[in-house]
Amino acid sequence: MSALAFALNLGYLALAFLAPGALSNLFGLGALLYTAFARLSPNARALNLALLTLAFTLNLQRSGNTLGLIGLVGILVALTTLPKIPTWVRALLGLAILLLSVPIAGFANTFIFELGIQIGIYAAMALGLNVVVGMAGLLDLGYAAFFAVGAYTWAIFGSEQAKNFLQGNFPLPGEYMYLFMGIAIVTTAITGLLIGLPALRLRGDYLAIVTLGLGEVVRILANNLDHPINITNGPQGITPVQRPPIDGFRNLMAHLGVPLDRTTDYQLFFYLLVLLMIGLVVLVNVNLANSRFGRAWVAIREDEIAARSMGIPLLPTKLLAFMTGAAFSGVMGVIFAAQRTFVSPESFTLLASITILGMVILGGMGSIPGAILGAAALTILNLDILKTFSEFVRTSFPQLPSQVDPAKYERLVFGLVLVLMMIFRPEGLIPERRHRAEMEEA
Amino acid sequence: MLEQILSILPQVIFDGLVLGFVYAMVALGYTMVYGVLELINFAHSEIFMIGAVVGVEVFRYLAPQVPNGFLLLLIALLLGGAIAGATAILVERFAYRPLRKRGTTNRLVPLITAIGVSFILQDLVRLIEGLWHNEFFLRMRTVEDLEGSFDLFGGAIFVQTKSLVLILVSMAMLVGLTYLVNRTKLGVAIRAVAQDLQTASLMGIDPDRIISRTFLIGGSLGGVAGVLFALQYTTVNPYVGFLPGVKAFTAAVLGGIGNIPGAMLGGLVLGQLENFFGTYLPILTNGNFGTEYKDVVAFLILILILLLRPQGLLGQVVKEKV
Repeated sequence: MSALAFALNLGYLALAFLAPGALSNLFGLGALLYTAFARLSPNARALNLALLTLAFTLNLQRSGNTLGLIGLVGILVALTTLPKIPTWVRALLGLAILLLSVPIAGFANTFIFELGIQIGIYAAMALGLNVVVGMAGLLDLGYAAFFAVGAYTWAIFGSEQAKNFLQGNFPLPGEYMYLFMGIAIVTTAITGLLIGLPALRLRGDYLAIVTLGLGEVVRILANNLDHPINITNGPQGITPVQRPPIDGFRNLMAHLGVPLDRTTDYQLFFYLLVLLMIGLVVLVNVNLANSRFGRAWVAIREDEIAARSMGIPLLPTKLLAFMTGAAFSGVMGVIFAAQRTFVSPESFTLLASITILGMVILGGMGSIPGAILGAAALTILNLDILKTFSEFVRTSFPQLPSQVDPAKYERLVFGLVLVLMMIFRPEGLIPERRHRAEMEEA
Repeated sequence: MLEQILSILPQVIFDGLVLGFVYAMVALGYTMVYGVLELINFAHSEIFMIGAVVGVEVFRYLAPQVPNGFLLLLIALLLGGAIAGATAILVERFAYRPLRKRGTTNRLVPLITAIGVSFILQDLVRLIEGLWHNEFFLRMRTVEDLEGSFDLFGGAIFVQTKSLVLILVSMAMLVGLTYLVNRTKLGVAIRAVAQDLQTASLMGIDPDRIISRTFLIGGSLGGVAGVLFALQYTTVNPYVGFLPGVKAFTAAVLGGIGNIPGAMLGGLVLGQLENFFGTYLPILTNGNFGTEYKDVVAFLILILILLLRPQGLLGQVVKEKV
């Protein structure tokens, strides 16, 4: 078995060199599946995964084919979930993929940078929602509202928009973005407090519908607060939003010998910034999960009445979870606004909230690697696979009506993800230990 | 300004009544399902939307064949109610029942499923309309018989025939439902299941069948409401169910969730409030805040009730049991 896996992976490495592209990548994905599921010794598996990382990177660098990114994500999943791989291998390969492979691929095809940044932003938000839904068991259907509050907090002051109602020198210089990441934490946490205070007193279902309403209210406000005073600039949105200056970063990269041009410099910067944020969010998540609050959240999730009898104050504990999740979303909103340099109400619909929920559900409620995998899977599905499939349908079946375009049916896809997961695998793809026990016990 | 407000007040109340009846009918679907399953059936707003789309299609295809507008509407109502009810049964059978059979205690699981179903139905309808007409923003065809109008109280209220029909049909449906729930065997069974599913099943009631019937009744009401909605407000698309759905749920909470007369009352009250604010907010603020904010009003009401009277207007306080 070990020999076959090795042969397959070597074969893929050769293919990646000789015939880079979609077909060889498909072969590589097959080899990856075999490597992950065949019975291999831990050392053989580590070696094979390293080989695959090299091959996928090579293929990405030569062809820019986005299937390779799926391969890299797959390797990351294998590294986090497969047993008995030495920790240093996991860490080394993981870092190599995140810090070397993806940027190399990004220089070959800037769309991959874009994908990586989007995955990162969504992953950080999914991790935030994971605290609310996964740990504390509170169903938040308006999560994008906090994202919007964060994004608008920076967009308004980081553009000329603030001139409409304030005296002063706007836009604020780009460095202020870092300050506004802090401010966004406060504003979104306060928003969360205001919403949570009435909604969290009641049974969980009400929270779902109140947050659903909140999401809608924030969108309506963003759409209509262009009069009497122009605060949000209405449906047109706000542009251009300032980005932080990156001269220091450019110099550093030049020292390291990384060639940057006018588009890739900001892409690499935001990619690394988002990675850093995910690192921080994961750290906070892990620490919270093992803290007094984390245990209280799980207790509330599993049995509210028992938790209360044990002396856990329900409302403050739930509020804390709700506000933590909101704050994560707000910070990512600021980065989102700066990265896009454009903010409009369209990015913050119910669909966005449900997309993030879908990521948490797909990966597994309460599971940290799960939330990241869910974010990667749904983002790639949405931005890449559906679009490619769309193109395929359009060229192969030109007689189909133009409205039947798979790329426009994200809702169908996300809906199916939610329903099928709930019916067949409610604990998610990478289940958290305690959650799995809870789901199985029923 | 006061004069202006008073002069249009009767009309505002009448329009609010029309809107309120739509909400009341949809709210019943939420409240009945909540009564038996303790589930917020998010997909109910899509059942309503399916009714509206069926209404548009019936009018599109049968208007030339059926010269009598009232007969045409009757066909649309029957078909809309039937298709919406059938969809509701299918949703229950294939999405909710598997969860129930597995006996999941986690409360999030059915809620998330309901959201997913709602999204699937929206895009399925869009797909069907896309294949059929290559267009999913639909317009209800106008039929002469239903477009007539007359004045009441010396011109204080302008009444369209279709609004009157809407009110009459909804009232008939609400009376019929009250009779069904209070006086028939099926109604007794539904109430028994709502009160205690396990005990009801010991008394020889098949809960699955009753739950299925509950979805049928709620779904058909939603479908009929959808047809009437399409007739009254004319523009329909696959995403049109969302806002009325959330508001109808608000109405159900306002009246006391699980409480059937409460849902009717809640719908009527919410219709009045929303129409009231929608009309008067622009006048009172000199146009600075437009009608768009009427949706915000509904959510503020929801939050206020949850704060002040979570059991709703007619509901009773239920202590959560261990």
